[in-house]
Amino acid sequence: MQVTKGVVKALVGNHAVAYAVKQAKPQVLAVYPITPQTTMLEKLSEYVDRGELKARLIRVESEHSALASIYGAAVAGARVFTATASQGLLYMTEMLYWAGGQRVPIVAAVATRALASPWSILDDHQDFMSKRDAIWIQMMAENVQEAYDLTIQAFRISEHENVVLPVMMGFDGFILTHTMERVEVLHDSVVDSFIPPRKFNLVDFTDPVGVGPVAPPEDYIRMRFEAKKAMERSKRVIKEIFREYEGISGRPQHGLVECFMCRDADYVVVSMGAWSGDARVAVERLRERGAKVGLLKVRVFRPFPFEEVRDYLRDCKGVLVMDRAYSFGSGGILVNEVKVSLYGHDVPVHSLVGGLGGMDVRPLHIQTALENLMEGKLEEERWLL
Amino acid sequence: MINLPPGVPLARPSLGSSGQTGTWRVLRPVIHYDKCTKCRLCFFYCVENTIDLEPNMFPKIDYQYCKGCGVCAQVCPTAAIEMMREVK
Repeated sequence: MQVTKGVVKALVGNHAVAYAVKQAKPQVLAVYPITPQTTMLEKLSEYVDRGELKARLIRVESEHSALASIYGAAVAGARVFTATASQGLLYMTEMLYWAGGQRVPIVAAVATRALASPWSILDDHQDFMSKRDAIWIQMMAENVQEAYDLTIQAFRISEHENVVLPVMMGFDGFILTHTMERVEVLHDSVVDSFIPPRKFNLVDFTDPVGVGPVAPPEDYIRMRFEAKKAMERSKRVIKEIFREYEGISGRPQHGLVECFMCRDADYVVVSMGAWSGDARVAVERLRERGAKVGLLKVRVFRPFPFEEVRDYLRDCKGVLVMDRAYSFGSGGILVNEVKVSLYGHDVPVHSLVGGLGGMDVRPLHIQTALENLMEGKLEEERWLL
Repeated sequence: MINLPPGVPLARPSLGSSGQTGTWRVLRPVIHYDKCTKCRLCFFYCVENTIDLEPNMFPKIDYQYCKGCGVCAQVCPTAAIEMMREVK
């Protein structure tokens, strides 16, 4: 496919995702407001009102109903979208498992936000990370451009015949949702050829079936096994779709992980989401002083890219994993995955937990932690309080 | 239509495949049509939807699925439905 130069716009994260959704032409949208996602669904309502997006917009009474309604529409063959955050995602949780287990192609954006109690509307990844077992593909963006790109790709991935799984696109609340950045958007015709109309239904109206039936144990466990295999298959599909998108957009899409100066690095910081940008700055500053450091950014969290993480990190002298979510009684969620990836390899893995409830984390914090790691003075788990 | 990947939970139930619940019945509702006024209360109240309406608007009970709960007999304003002991 040919690269056509996109149009440059100045967009806040929510509007960039709304723009991507408009171009993906979903037929049914469910809208329910929650900070910091609300302005995205407001923008989509505006597109529908102005006739720029021909979609049925359902104003539901809760997040649970939001996903329930588009679940039904998606089963019947529609392309669907909704967005939520924080407590809303928790309220949606029951339907998340229904959609994942039923293997319904759905795209949902999550503007990540802290969980109560105590109350907070600011950014961390606790909501997003707590949904890691819901049989959803989970991807996370670093900046507004990536949020736009991943949203477009999410529709392709979700509807791919070897995948057929719902996809959750996470991007940091406020830090990305409400920050205006330079975004290069694709032409509508390019998106049209990248995401053709949805080809299949789960159900055929001339040959009725029951959806989500009771399953005896021997069927149930087989369906879970198939879902596991679909997740594993999706790794290849995601990489192919990223590569194809790279071709049409001219922007590097890396893969399940992005390696920034990490190939020859002795010490690597691993992160996910918006603060990967801060980690980049920290890495650049340390490189200027001759330190061999790098960044490994996880773009796809489910399915987790164990092979890639292992390949990039196994010869490191030290790894620092940044977590914006925590499994209480266990540890940082990302650091645990990285440790699993490195099982059998003698690489010290340290954990940096921070940013919870919107706590500001700056490049200097990351730089200091990396310096301490190189000096052998970093504790196994450090909280940025 | 693509071939769906394996593992999508879809069912193709046939009539009575999850059990003909009429066998659970201890008491059998019997409609005395001479007292029936076609008010349709039994039809609306039947919790299992086992009461259907005939073209002449008289209610008809599907005994293959009626569990014999007796709600219809309770709500019938003319006591036209009698709960009779099942005899095999």
